[in-house]
Parts: sequence; structure tokens; C-alpha cells
Amino acid sequence: MNFDKISRRGVLKGTAALTVGSALPVSRALAADATIGFIYVGSRDDYGYNQAHAAGAAALKKLPGIKVVEEEKVPETDAVEKTMESMINLDGATLLFPTSFGYYNPHMIKMAQKFPKLRFEHCGGLWSDKDPKNAGSYFGYIDEAQHVAGVIAGYSSKSGKLGFVAAKPIPQVLRNINAWTLGAKLANPKITTQVIFTGDWSMPVKEAEATNSLIDQGVDVITCHVDGPKTVVENAARRGAMVTGYHVNQSVLAPKAYLTGAEWNWEALYPRFVKMFTSGETIPNFYRGGLKEEIVKVSPYGDMVSAEAKAKADEVKAALTAGSYVIFKGPIADNKGATVVEAGVSRGQTDPELEKMSYLVEGVIGATS
Amino acid sequence: MADPGNIGLWTVPLAVLGGAVRVSTPFLFVSLGECITERSGRINLGLEGTLVMGAMAGYGISYLTGSPWVGVLAAGVTGAGMGALHAGICGLPRVNDIAVGIALMLFGVGLAFYLGKPLIEPTAPRLPAIDLGWWSDIPQLRAALRINALFIIGVLLAPVLVWALRTTRWGLIIRTAGESSDAALAMGYSVNIIRLRATMFGGFLAGIGGSFLSLYYPGSWNEGLSSGQGITAVALVIFARWNPMLCLAASLLFGGAAALGPALQSVGYSHGYHLFNAAPYILTLLIMIATCSPKRTLIGAPAELSITR
Amino acid sequence: MKADVGAPVGTPVVKSGAGDFLRLPPFTAKIGGAAEYVVIPAGALLASLALFGIFVALFGKNPLDLYFYMYQGAFGTWFSWQNTLTRAAPLILTALCTALPAQLGMVIIGGEGALLIGALCATSAALAIPGAPPLVVDIAMAVAGMIGGGLWIMLSGALRQYRGVNETISSLLLVYIALAILNFLVEGPMRDPTSLNKPSTPEIGAANMIGSIPGTDVHWGFMFGIIAAVLSYILIYHTVFGFAARVAGGNLRAARVVGLSVGKLILIVCFLAGAAAGLAGMFEVAAVQGRTNANLAAGYGFAGILVAFLARQNPLAVIPVAILLGGIGASGGLLQRRLGLPDASVLVLEGVIFVMVLASDTLYGRLSIFRAKGA
Repeated sequence: MNFDKISRRGVLKGTAALTVGSALPVSRALAADATIGFIYVGSRDDYGYNQAHAAGAAALKKLPGIKVVEEEKVPETDAVEKTMESMINLDGATLLFPTSFGYYNPHMIKMAQKFPKLRFEHCGGLWSDKDPKNAGSYFGYIDEAQHVAGVIAGYSSKSGKLGFVAAKPIPQVLRNINAWTLGAKLANPKITTQVIFTGDWSMPVKEAEATNSLIDQGVDVITCHVDGPKTVVENAARRGAMVTGYHVNQSVLAPKAYLTGAEWNWEALYPRFVKMFTSGETIPNFYRGGLKEEIVKVSPYGDMVSAEAKAKADEVKAALTAGSYVIFKGPIADNKGATVVEAGVSRGQTDPELEKMSYLVEGVIGATS
Repeated sequence: MADPGNIGLWTVPLAVLGGAVRVSTPFLFVSLGECITERSGRINLGLEGTLVMGAMAGYGISYLTGSPWVGVLAAGVTGAGMGALHAGICGLPRVNDIAVGIALMLFGVGLAFYLGKPLIEPTAPRLPAIDLGWWSDIPQLRAALRINALFIIGVLLAPVLVWALRTTRWGLIIRTAGESSDAALAMGYSVNIIRLRATMFGGFLAGIGGSFLSLYYPGSWNEGLSSGQGITAVALVIFARWNPMLCLAASLLFGGAAALGPALQSVGYSHGYHLFNAAPYILTLLIMIATCSPKRTLIGAPAELSITR
Repeated sequence: MKADVGAPVGTPVVKSGAGDFLRLPPFTAKIGGAAEYVVIPAGALLASLALFGIFVALFGKNPLDLYFYMYQGAFGTWFSWQNTLTRAAPLILTALCTALPAQLGMVIIGGEGALLIGALCATSAALAIPGAPPLVVDIAMAVAGMIGGGLWIMLSGALRQYRGVNETISSLLLVYIALAILNFLVEGPMRDPTSLNKPSTPEIGAANMIGSIPGTDVHWGFMFGIIAAVLSYILIYHTVFGFAARVAGGNLRAARVVGLSVGKLILIVCFLAGAAAGLAGMFEVAAVQGRTNANLAAGYGFAGILVAFLARQNPLAVIPVAILLGGIGASGGLLQRRLGLPDASVLVLEGVIFVMVLASDTLYGRLSIFRAKGA
């Protein structure tokens, strides 16, 4: 709708009708015309976390009969509750995707309790039985993609030193660091990964400093886990190092340095959810998957990746996609010498022990506190 | 086999040196500009907004024209414009310049984010680096000595400003306006015009400092680019006693402190990294406490400066 | 004769909601002077809205749509009102953190830091007495929050008084330091081991949470903010202490000559200012988040600075201005979704309002409409 062309009276009438209409309980089975709300904690075009979700939202806009409303830069405070209510009351949204981790508790739960007939989907894997039934969690095992990227990184590194710029030492980040390193070790068992924690999800100057520090140390392949990898990718490329990306495909930022990357595949998942929703099927409260379920994907390999690397990476990727490969298979020792996964133990992706990860595997230089 | 890249703990001081050069440049330009503005008797707290506007304008113009140096110039002009706005409003009677500064900080940042939205994704041409360490085998030393022409300009600007303030006619006029507006009036100059020009100059330099952030280091435009650098640069001016050379020293010190955290982590020392991130601010506060005295709050301050009264 | 036109505007043009609360400094005896304090800022506000409308029109949007959505998002429906009031609640308290020291002539912009320290202290208090009845816990949290925040700003005041360090800069530096302390504690010593992917302190417990004002979705922090603002107003304008503070703010030398103990005034006022912001932090924990984590640093302190300046540092005027700014923030979401404006447009509008209101400072006493009859 082009609001510039519509007269003000028309807008007034239309919005009034919408407000009245939204006051009635919306039955989602009727929703041939469904409105879906997306809420981002940062900018939609950050070349990272939020952009990945926005790409998923964009895929939904192409579906017939689906309207998408988006709001960005909503902080993880009661402001997001008001945003959700506003989307429900004023836009008639019936399915909401608050995409940032910190939106879940208490904000999304409160909203789910307040609007039991509507559906709320959260990216993060936090749902448990005591939470409302109309709320759900989904997440992707992106560490599988990082693992494959790590294989490529391991083969491509000439100095045997890798670097990782991370935001905070929380389990999801540690899992990525470890999976990447374990992948690299398949190529070179003596490889090391140096980790620098910047302290927060988006700190461009600190990320640039960290990248430069790592390269000063002789690191030649870098990856990161921050909200906007653009800074790390560009700074690494400018110093002549290689990168593997994260969240979305950043190859256009550094075409000669981008080896591959671990990406979300929300463009495939969200239409699946919406189809379930509009046809009346219940979306599972807890939905997670990796390469096999096509929730995450690996970027196309760059030209500078060797054939040997490609072959091994494809092999690992195929095994992961078939579901026959376990990344965290014992024996694994951490970088302080203790054994964290015993010999003979396989921690598959759904293993709750992995949710509490607090160690860095052997070969990673750095500390979690 | 000796690994020329492995220099062990020497990484830390080298990284601090490199950081001092890299991170200090925006502080340098902003503080030198603010130095002149404050010498003329006005305090411009809005430089944070000017810095961010300069970063956005520089990046945008560089993208549109394909030349980063034109971007730098555009950033400077934008900064001068913000400075003119500040001076224009402060020139009205009964207006509090500290409040205006805070207002322009908010306005500048908001406007920059608004106009800069389409600039987050594209990649603009960057400023080139000059390799001063080509003689060395050690990659860390070479990296630390890769500097940007703007840094050199800034370093040369400091003594030039000292000389200009002390010996040229314009320097005298600015200092007079800062010490006593009556004396400037008696000399036949409009104090407002003097301060307007001084603030525009300060804004010009601050804009250039901002363009360094977006066009060189970290080298891209996004909304987290500045974390209070503008405001801390104003603090630097105070504890540099309004002396451009000390501004240079203080900027280097600050830049080095900001690089300390990641440098220590890269050699494996990562305890309490949050506190290291706060090191520059703690350092500034401690130095201010140490150098200010309760009797004459700010020795050497221009008498017309509102914060001293 | 021109003098007949001396009677000023009968009903001041003030934005909705403000009429009940706005009262003016008692020393403006003439009606003309009093109306000035309302009409000039209101005029600046209208001018800013006009300017913003023009700005937005340059990008191809219809300014009338803009005003419509701003109104709808802020005050158009009962839901919008609740959105606005919820956003206004912390702003009233953090604005007091700037408005109170301003009476002494000090410009303190450290409300954000005091809020965070207050939140940390409040959470610690709650976690220290787990078995106590909820009312006791809440009171302990409030006291701890106020003391923590109060000491933080008092530090800035002390540095100014005893070391001559400019309080604007020191209070801002203390904000960044408070942020680092928050992150350090929340991810380290105070961390809840089960808060794996979002480092937080342990929850204070659902029983201890502060609820909403009955019939609304707005938490009690709003009411306590109003109470604090009213008390501050009474303190500043109707007590000897307040009078002494204003004298010291007007002319420091005169105050010292008269024998006022300026140091004590500065320390006490700074403590009260920080206590207000610390209380805001406590409400964010007790009424919104339930625990302390990085989400608390949401910029309420900085928005409070804006509110204080727009309210001309008058504690009572803080209330309607906070509501106004809450409304602008509340309408931001609708502007994003309906007009496709970036979220930064709210920042631009706030900046323009701030600049215009400050520029309008120059009009006080210069407009002939407000001069008393016969002048």
C-alpha cells in the first residue's frame, strides 16, 4: 500500500476499521491473509544476525496472502512487549517472531500468556514444559556448518594458526569455537585457534583491534561470532588474511579472502513454519536441526580453496547431512588438560550436556573467564 | 626454526604502540579542534555528534565519488557545518553552551544514523596506509608501523597549532576572545564571529576524525562506530591544559590504553577483560583527578570558558 | 495602545496530559512571566514538529501521515497511552538525576551509570535475603538501589567539590565505568549458573516482583516517579534547603560569603539525584526484568538528560515532558512499520526538539506579548 497516494481520510477510516477488527479474537485457521510480525534487536542490514532473519522474512513476503510487518532496533526491555502488542492490536499480527535471544524471558512469555490464541516463535531453543503452549522455540545447529568451515580453514592455513573473534564466552559461542577448531584439526592436528573476547555483541573498534592483534600474532585464517561480522571480515581481508564467514554470506565484502562460511537458512525454515501455521497444523514447540534439516547451510567455497580441502569438507558435510557424524565424539580434552568428553562417548547435537558447554577444546588458546 | 612472527610477550607493547597510532587518530583530531574552540571561550560537547556525522558523510561521499580523500574533505565540511550550528545557537543571548552541546550530540548522532541507513551494506573505497616499517622482518612491528596519512597530518598539526596560537594574529585574537570578551570587543572584533570561526574549525577537524573511523579504522559504517570518543576527546583537552602538544600526547596515551585489552588477550591473558575495556575511561578520570586542583579549578583555562565559572 | 495587549495567552498551549501537573516557579509573580515558561517551550515544540515534518517530506513521506501516526502511536488509544506511560516511568526518575544538580548550577549527565549501579545494588539486596516477605524485599531493594545510585553521583559531586574536576565529564566517564562493572559482575561473580546463553544474575523471585497499577499495564515505578518529582519540587522551591541550593546555584561566591556550606549542599543534592536514578534501576529490575543483565543499559539515563533540559530543570515539569518523550518513543514503532522510517527518526526528532527548545531560551523576556501591562 502506498500511503502517499491514499487520502488522509481514507487512512483514518482504514486504520479505525483495523483497530476495531483486531479487537475481535483472530482465529488463525481463517487466516488466508495472515500478518506476521518480525522484531529485530539490531539493524536489518548488519551483514550478520539480524540480516539473516530479515532474509527469512523477505522469503515470507513472497508467499501469497502473507503480509509481513517488521520493526528493528527494539531493545530487550518492556519496549519489545509493547512492540508485540502494537503489532497484534494495530496490524493484526497473528504469528510473531521476536528474533533476539533476550526477548524470551520474561517478555515473550508474558505476551504468550496474554494472547493465548496467537503464536509466538523464538529463535533460541529456550522453550520448556512450564512455558505457554502457544510459544515455541527454534534454533539451528550452526556449529555443524562451522565445523565444515573449520575443515576448510584448517587446510587453507599456512601458518597453522587460526583466530576467532568472539563476543562473550557463552555456551553457544564456545560450541562454535570448539566445532570450528575440531574441524580444522581434521586437516592439521597441531593447529591452534586463538580466541579474543570483545565483551559484547557489537563493538566495531574492539573487533577491529582484535582482528589486527590476531594477525599480528601470525594468524592467517579468522572467523568470528559477533552480531555484525562485517568489521572482522573487512579488516582481516585488508591485512591479507583469509576469513570464514558467519550468519550470512559476506563474500561480496572480501571476494579474494572469503573461503566459506556458516550461514543460517531461515529462508527455508520460515516458509515451512508459515505453511504449518496457515494450514492449521501446530508448529512443534521445540524445533531444532542442522544441515540435515536445512536450517543452516555452508557458503559456497571460494576460488582459493584447494581441491583437497573441498573434498574433505564435502565428505564431512555429507556425513553431517546424513546424520551419521558426531562432532563432539570422545575422547576430547580441553585446553587445560582435563577430559571433557570421555573416550567412547558421543555427544550428539541434541545432547543437553552440550548446552552447558563451558570449556575450550585442546588447541584453543584462550580462557573462558 | 626461528619463527619471526613469534615474539612472545613483546606483542603487548607493540600492540599498544600500534593501537596508540591507530586508535588515537580520531581523538587527536577531535581534541585539537576542540582545543582551538575552547581557547576561544566556548565548549563544544556536541563533537560526538559531529564525529559520527563526519564518519557517515565521509563514507557516503567516498562511496558516491569513488575517492576516499574527497570523502575526508566532505566529512570536514559537514563537521564545520555542525560547528556553525553550535556557534549560531550559542551566540544567541542566554543560551547555555553545555546544553546545546548535548543537544547537538543527540541530533548529530540521530541524523547520522538516519541518513546513514543505506550506507551500512555497501563498501566504500578506503584510505590507503603508509608502510613505515618496511625495514623490519617482524610482522608485528611492521603492522604497528602501518600508519595512515591522517595520523601524520594530525601529528604535524599539533605543533603548527601551538605556533599559530602563540605567534599569529589569528591566534592572538582567538586567545583574547577566550580570556576576556571585553578585551576582544575593545580590539574591535565581534566575539561571536571569532567563536563561530573557531567552532567551525573545531568541527572541521572533528569531522575529519570521524572520517578516519569509517574510512580507515575500523573502516566501515555502522551504528556502533563511536563509543563516546567525542566526549572523551573533550575531556582530553581539559587535562591537556589546552595545549595542542599535550593533546597529542594524551591522544596517544588513550589510544594505547584502548588497545591494551585485546593485546593482552592475544597473548593469553584474558581475565577481567571488561575492566580492560573500561581502562581508557578510568585512565582519563584518574588523570583528571590528579591534575585538577580544588583551589583554582582549572589552571590555564581560558577565563571565558563556561565550565570554569 | 500597545499596553492593552499585555494580557497574555489565556489558556497556555500545552500538549495533552501536561495541564494537570505543570506548575511554574513561584517567583514569577506576573502572569505574563508565568505563561512565558509554558508558551515558549510549547512554541519550540511545535516548531520542531514542523521542521521534522519538512525533513520527512524531503524523503517522500506525507507529513500529515507522520503527525497522525505519531499521535496514534503515542496517545491515540488506551494501549498507546499505556505504552507511553510505561516508557515515561524510568524517564521521570532519571531526569531528576540531571534536574536536581542543575539547581546548583551543575550539569550532571551520569544518570545511566547511577541507574545501573542502583540496579546491581537492588538485585544484591534481594538475593541477600531470600526468605523474607516480599514487601521487606522490595523495600530493601529500593533502599539499596537509592544508596548505590546516590553514592555514584555523589562521587561526581565530591570530585567537583574537592578536586575541581568538571562534573559533566566525570559523570559521563562514570557511566562507562558503571557499564564495565555491570558486565563484569553479571558475567562473573554475580552470574546465575543456569543463565547460560544470556549472562544474568539469579532472578529475584516472582513473588518479589512489583506489579502494575491496577487497571493498567503500567508498573508502579510510574507512580513513584511522580511522587519523587513532586517531593523534589517541594524540596527545591518550598524548603530552606532548596532555597540555599538555588542561591548557591545562582552565585557561588555570594553563597559562600553568606556562609552557606556549599560542599554539603553539593554532596547532598548529588546523592539525592543519584538516588532517583538508582530507584529507576531498582524498578527496572523489580517490575520489568526480574534480574540484572546487560538489558538494563537501555539508554534511559540519556533520555532522562533530554527530559530534564526540556523541562527547564523544573522537577514538576519533568512529568509532562517525560510523558511527551515516552509518547515519541512509543510512536517510533508505528513510524517504522507504517511509514518505513528508520528507527533513527525518533532520535532526529528528539534532537531537533532539544535544539529548538534551547534556542528558544533566548526569547525569554524579549517578546513584548509577555511583558506586564504598562511596560
